[in-house]
Amino acid sequence: MSFYKITMERVIVSMQDPDMGMKMRNQRLLITVIPHAMTGRDIVDWLIQKYTITEEEALHIGNFLVKYGYIYPLKEPRNLCLKQDETPYRFQTPYYWTSTRWPASELDYAIYLAKKNIRKQGELIEYEKECYNALHKRINHTWDFVVMQAREQLRASKQRRKADRIVLECQEQAYWLINRPPPGVMDILEQGPDRRNVANTRVQLVSGQMLAIFVKYCEQYQDHDPIMQGCLPSNPWITDDIMYWNMNSETVTMPTKLRVERWSFSFMELLNDPLGRKELLTYLEKEFSAENLCFWQACEEVRHGEASKIAAKVDEVYKQFLAPGASRWVNIDSKTMEKTLEGIKHPHRFVLDDAQMHIYFLMKKDSYPRYLKSELYKNLLAKAIVPQETKKSVFPFMRRQRHSSPSPALVTQTAEDNGKAKPSAAKANAGTASQI
Amino acid sequence: NFCVIFITFEGFLSRAGEANFPLAKMAAQEVQPSETIAKLKSESEALKTKLEEERAKLHDVELHQVAEKVDPLGQFVMKTRRTLKGHGNKVLCMDWCKDKRRIVSSSQDGKVIVWDAFTTNKEHAVTMPCTWVMACAYAPSGCAVACGGLDNKCSVYPLSLDKNENLAAKKKSVAMHTNYLSACSFTNSDMQILTSSGDGTCALWDVESGQLLQSFHGHAADVLCLDLAPSETGNTFVSGGCDKKANVWDMRSGQCIQSFETHESDINSVRYYPSGDAFASGSDDATCRLYDLRADREVAIYSKESIIFGASSVDFSLSGRLLFGGYNDYTINVWDVLKGTRVSILFGHENRVSTLRVSPDGTAFCSGSWDHTLRVRE
Repeated sequence: MSFYKITMERVIVSMQDPDMGMKMRNQRLLITVIPHAMTGRDIVDWLIQKYTITEEEALHIGNFLVKYGYIYPLKEPRNLCLKQDETPYRFQTPYYWTSTRWPASELDYAIYLAKKNIRKQGELIEYEKECYNALHKRINHTWDFVVMQAREQLRASKQRRKADRIVLECQEQAYWLINRPPPGVMDILEQGPDRRNVANTRVQLVSGQMLAIFVKYCEQYQDHDPIMQGCLPSNPWITDDIMYWNMNSETVTMPTKLRVERWSFSFMELLNDPLGRKELLTYLEKEFSAENLCFWQACEEVRHGEASKIAAKVDEVYKQFLAPGASRWVNIDSKTMEKTLEGIKHPHRFVLDDAQMHIYFLMKKDSYPRYLKSELYKNLLAKAIVPQETKKSVFPFMRRQRHSSPSPALVTQTAEDNGKAKPSAAKANAGTASQI
Repeated sequence: NFCVIFITFEGFLSRAGEANFPLAKMAAQEVQPSETIAKLKSESEALKTKLEEERAKLHDVELHQVAEKVDPLGQFVMKTRRTLKGHGNKVLCMDWCKDKRRIVSSSQDGKVIVWDAFTTNKEHAVTMPCTWVMACAYAPSGCAVACGGLDNKCSVYPLSLDKNENLAAKKKSVAMHTNYLSACSFTNSDMQILTSSGDGTCALWDVESGQLLQSFHGHAADVLCLDLAPSETGNTFVSGGCDKKANVWDMRSGQCIQSFETHESDINSVRYYPSGDAFASGSDDATCRLYDLRADREVAIYSKESIIFGASSVDFSLSGRLLFGGYNDYTINVWDVLKGTRVSILFGHENRVSTLRVSPDGTAFCSGSWDHTLRVRE
């Protein structure tokens, strides 16, 4: 889950490449000159150039580099963000990378706060004071050690040049801003609930074949993809006009041309559309083979229905479709029929699978191609609607009213209630939306 | 060298024996008890030749090479059309209703909300007895939702329109795992639910009785995601996990029939290509990949050196030409599936994008984020 440390460090290493990396220079901080620094503008420009991205994206990425502590600002150190101007920044030393020293230790934090406290009275800000006091209580037994370490580190740093001292202080401060963020600042290290992870193993990949089918599929469906090509009369999410959904609903009397066309793409497309299924049934009735589709549908209900109803449903299917002399007898090959009849004695969810598959492929290879060539289909395709594009509103800034639709839960409940002839408890109105 | 060749060919032949390998399937179907020995012999010779030919083809082209002649895509302008505000904490998961406009979303604070995304009205709200509700799903009928997370369960709530009715009272506890629930999905009906869990397994449940119908073992670590195949026979699904593997399962037998291991870190999201011939994955290794099921291998990688953070959630546009990826750096990258290039980058969210789904009719897609909001974009 911390893979981002690997990818981010790749970027940081690229940035510090001696040939292709960033050009660093001395930056003046008040009266001190800090070496190996760069400006925010330099960082953004380098990212744009190296990764061929826009300024917006470069700034977005640059901000993460700062927020995750791989680059820190020399001015306004508490404000961990990337400014696209002359503001100076520096690369964080790998010693303080979140991948190297994680999790941050309480002891180290105590020493850091103690140093700040000793160095300058009142340098600790409010939340730091609270942390300091809390730590003092919690690890009181080692407090002498903490103070001693703090004093020692301060003494050692006083012997450094001012520029180095400033750099070291900034580095340390940046590290702690990330690992102990002040209240109100987003904790960038939050990862969500713990996951168990497994050790790294790499597998070599090899390219594949038969890839032309993807090109073909995308081409075939391109005109049907609303996000890519738009849709007629208009996309409801853009114009607030729900015509598109009304014209393509399950119960529409005359479907759109695109919809009818799509039935010819595959047998599954025809079956997945309730209207398509209805049309197919009409066609099969003319051919006296409607029982095939009905049988297929009944098998689906067994496969996806409640476990408790399986036995009863299988029995129904047997009586209607498989029993000798059944009213809607389906023509399955003798071997499959034998196997199925045997299996029915101990009915389970998948007992009709073989028979269902046989009938499915029968319809797919035989009835379906003939349906597509039939007058029934061709007439429907000819009569199918091509919607007019929604005219742009005269007042483009006036938003259409967004109408509610009846909840699917209501539709079924009403049907249930009607069946039971009981007054519906729900009084949800199609025109109003319930507010919570 | 001889040994290596032998093993490779052996391995290849044994793979050919698997039911999903097309030539083997063909062979299994053709053989009838009534055929003569001679005819079988010649068929077997023909099969051997074909195997050699196919094997030679295996080191062929990659998807973007096949797609070289395809017209490149133009500029895409996708704007946020709706912003859904109401969750009090990180949004972790969302799912569309089949009516193409309603959605269900779940969040870290235990709230599950059903919205009419078109009007942005909230229609139902449930408070779960646990935090981090990482999974939610809409029932195909539109009459119920399923959800779960750190409670290790998947529960189904029928959606009642009676404002006075407490939805929590009618709750049905369906799935029980021994670690967090990471994903759930209804199968073709309201009656069965497929779940994946931090306990390393997936499972299929009967909603009515809560009975475990089938369990799927094979991942070596937490399973994070799953997706059902849109195939004709509707019998398989794919799962992705912290073991960097994407596994394809047979729902009937519980067997893992294919396994893919090319990612370098956790797989957060898997989604089938609309035809069912492939699936895409999004991972913490900052890449998305496409795996071809018939070729049994990875055929495309969607990545850029400047993309540092993991992809949390992926989905295809209706035609399969575009792949939308929600990332942990708050952005959504839109990929040209065929050419492997990035078409667009979308900003807007102010924290991680944790979930992303294209609507059932492909008119828009919705993203949910740790910034507490959901956005519908076209």
